[in-house]
Amino acid sequence: MRKTTALRAAAAATAALLTATACSSHRGQDAQDTAADGACKGQQTTGITDETIKLGGIYPLSGPASAYGTISKGVAAYFKHVNDKGGIDGRKVEFTVRDDGYQPPKAVEEARRLVEREKVFAVFQTLGTPSTAAVWDYLDKQKVPQPFVATGASIWGTDDKHPWTIGWQPNYVSEARVYAKYLKDEKPKAKVAVLFQNDDFGKDLLGGFKEAVAGSGIKVVAEESYEVTDPSVSAQMTSLARSKADVLLNITTPKFGSQALAADAKNTKWNPLHIVNNVSSSATVLQPVGFKNVQGVVSATYFKDPADPQWADDAEMKAYKDALRKYAPDSDPANQFNAYGWAAASSLHEVLDGMKCPTREGLRDAVRDLKDVKVNMLLPGVTLSTGPDDAFPIETMQLMRFKGERWQLFGEPVDTRKEFGPLAK
Amino acid sequence: MSTIVATLGTDRSRRLRAALTVLLAAALAVGAPFYFAPFQVFQLTMVLLYAVALAGLNLLVGFGGQISLGHGAFFAAGAYTAAVMLDRYDIGHLATLPVAAAGCFLLGLGFGVPALRLRGLYLALVTLAFAVFLPPLLKRLEPVTGGSMGLTVDKLQPPAWSGLAEDQWMYFVVLAVTAVALLLARNLLRSRVGRALLAVRDNESAAEVMGVRLALHKTLAFAWSAMFAGVAGCLYTWVIGFVSPDSFSFVLSITLLAGLVVGGLASLYGPLLGAAFVMYVPSVSQDVSEAAPGVVFGLLIIAVMFVAPTGLAGLPGRVRAAVADRLPRTTAGLDRTPETESAPDTEPESRAASEPSATVTPADPAVVDAEPVGAPPRTEKE
Repeated sequence: MRKTTALRAAAAATAALLTATACSSHRGQDAQDTAADGACKGQQTTGITDETIKLGGIYPLSGPASAYGTISKGVAAYFKHVNDKGGIDGRKVEFTVRDDGYQPPKAVEEARRLVEREKVFAVFQTLGTPSTAAVWDYLDKQKVPQPFVATGASIWGTDDKHPWTIGWQPNYVSEARVYAKYLKDEKPKAKVAVLFQNDDFGKDLLGGFKEAVAGSGIKVVAEESYEVTDPSVSAQMTSLARSKADVLLNITTPKFGSQALAADAKNTKWNPLHIVNNVSSSATVLQPVGFKNVQGVVSATYFKDPADPQWADDAEMKAYKDALRKYAPDSDPANQFNAYGWAAASSLHEVLDGMKCPTREGLRDAVRDLKDVKVNMLLPGVTLSTGPDDAFPIETMQLMRFKGERWQLFGEPVDTRKEFGPLAK
Repeated sequence: MSTIVATLGTDRSRRLRAALTVLLAAALAVGAPFYFAPFQVFQLTMVLLYAVALAGLNLLVGFGGQISLGHGAFFAAGAYTAAVMLDRYDIGHLATLPVAAAGCFLLGLGFGVPALRLRGLYLALVTLAFAVFLPPLLKRLEPVTGGSMGLTVDKLQPPAWSGLAEDQWMYFVVLAVTAVALLLARNLLRSRVGRALLAVRDNESAAEVMGVRLALHKTLAFAWSAMFAGVAGCLYTWVIGFVSPDSFSFVLSITLLAGLVVGGLASLYGPLLGAAFVMYVPSVSQDVSEAAPGVVFGLLIIAVMFVAPTGLAGLPGRVRAAVADRLPRTTAGLDRTPETESAPDTEPESRAASEPSATVTPADPAVVDAEPVGAPPRTEKE
């Protein structure tokens, strides 16, 4: 009985020693970071050699946002597909995916793991605004590029203290501007009712919309918000209907998007023009509502929807579907998130091809020096452009209207840069 | 043999061994950040930080016999207190600690009042409601809390004289706070308050007859417990440098409770083991299966609860008991009666219960309430 303390101490000491010997990574390993010679002298070449390039990504594979985790499958499938064709400029991509469960502290831990233990060249995509905001200071300090984060918040482009981080998808303000321009052209006297999610996403989009319509004849006559934890938005829809607005702007995530569309279809006394934001525009959201109930709904997009039959013969779409079947057989090629991952990965491919120096600094500079770069998974007319004053790669979107059983693109792609000028910092 | 046991058992040598153990543990804890890579030091820091929250929860659940599913909210309150202070006022990090601690103590005192009237699952539900309702509230209070975008604040920076890296400095500060917190918890439990708490947990009526003031001690248990969670939250802000409502969903509360039960209820070093489990096992389970890390994590919790129903802290005792059973009587049977040997099923509990275990409180019974042990595996889904 009395031996417990001694035994415990011995056990603890042994355990500590075993852990210490088992972990081969020590502090000294930091010194293994490498630098380039020649023209790119002094720049970091950690994670990149002539044969390989190591990338890491942090996605919520578990937890409340795990539906987005499948983006990593689209990314991984793209890199495997490229590796089979000889790699990026002869370099094979090693892509490591880590799970943060949509928790910021976990994201910090995983970012540190990727940078310090895996020695990645860049952290390609962190998903979600909280996780990205939690790690960008760290990555900035370590001087590790964080290209194409998977969130549409506008802060990634308006902030100028984090040169190593950049977004990819059209930011929510740009998307709002597309709808504003459409209304200005089609319904200059519109009265708009808005349903929005009460978080950074909803507020960014709503704020952008109000700013874009300021000074025009368009008025926001009613606003209702909901929390992600709410069971339904029917109460909000009822009070919006009372406003008698002639346009409904539906700023929601998929589950609530379906609910709002269904509530609008059910209410035959109120028939506003229904604009649903891009996040909730996939066929999986519309199908449960019934296609006959969502005729004439308007949305905007920027990449090719794998569920849309008009791209069935598209070469890139075929390559995408083949690759997904081959490398990620358990995932659904028709899922938009997979295509999103594919498109983001192929955008990174273009950037890596354009690097002047194969270094982290080279990537940081290349990602901010894109000139109308075409990416096949993006819609025709949508290209990547950045510059010293412009840290938003995609700011062009195209409007679409639901007709029959699918979305039909209409009008010209709207370049919000040209229409509204750069985003205010 | 018996003489050796006798000499080892004397007070003086016991103290010597305790001192040696503490010295060894301290040496390991201080040496770790110079040996491990920065990212591992960060993980250790997080383990220590969660251990403080778990030690607080342990006061309430393990020693007080009450269940709280809302400790993630107290954790969040502490984190936000520190973040808002750092964001608005130009004050040092250290100044936020007493404010967060005091604020959460008062908050816990307020929440201790329903704890007087509610028991078991009803209390658990009330605290769960608190945990569910806090994140939306934080989003609404945008002018103060930064809304859903959260607040980014400065991390703890090492002073120039220390010559330490950022992660090492953070580790040492968190280590110091954790050591003080754990020592405080230990001393609290050895005092009158601790004895009163145990008495209330084991039999309320008997405790009241003995002169324990039920209302006072139940409320105080809640307040102390909330204070520890708040301190952990404050440390969290120092280390992560970013808070947002989504960081503190009710899943955090459940994870804390699961970590405590896995680590070992009513044990003083159980919180450390539980924190390590919560910290490392999700990464390990992702290495096992990339497709469904949540499933593997859940299965591992179930496995641990099967192998060690008294938590990881109770495992060594159980292993020793099992080994002793297999050994011939001459060595193992010195201080046993034949009855206990003929009934191996009851063995671990009876042994654990009679174990004085110097590092643990003298009153440590390692007996676990049926209620809390059953609860976490059912509710833990993430």
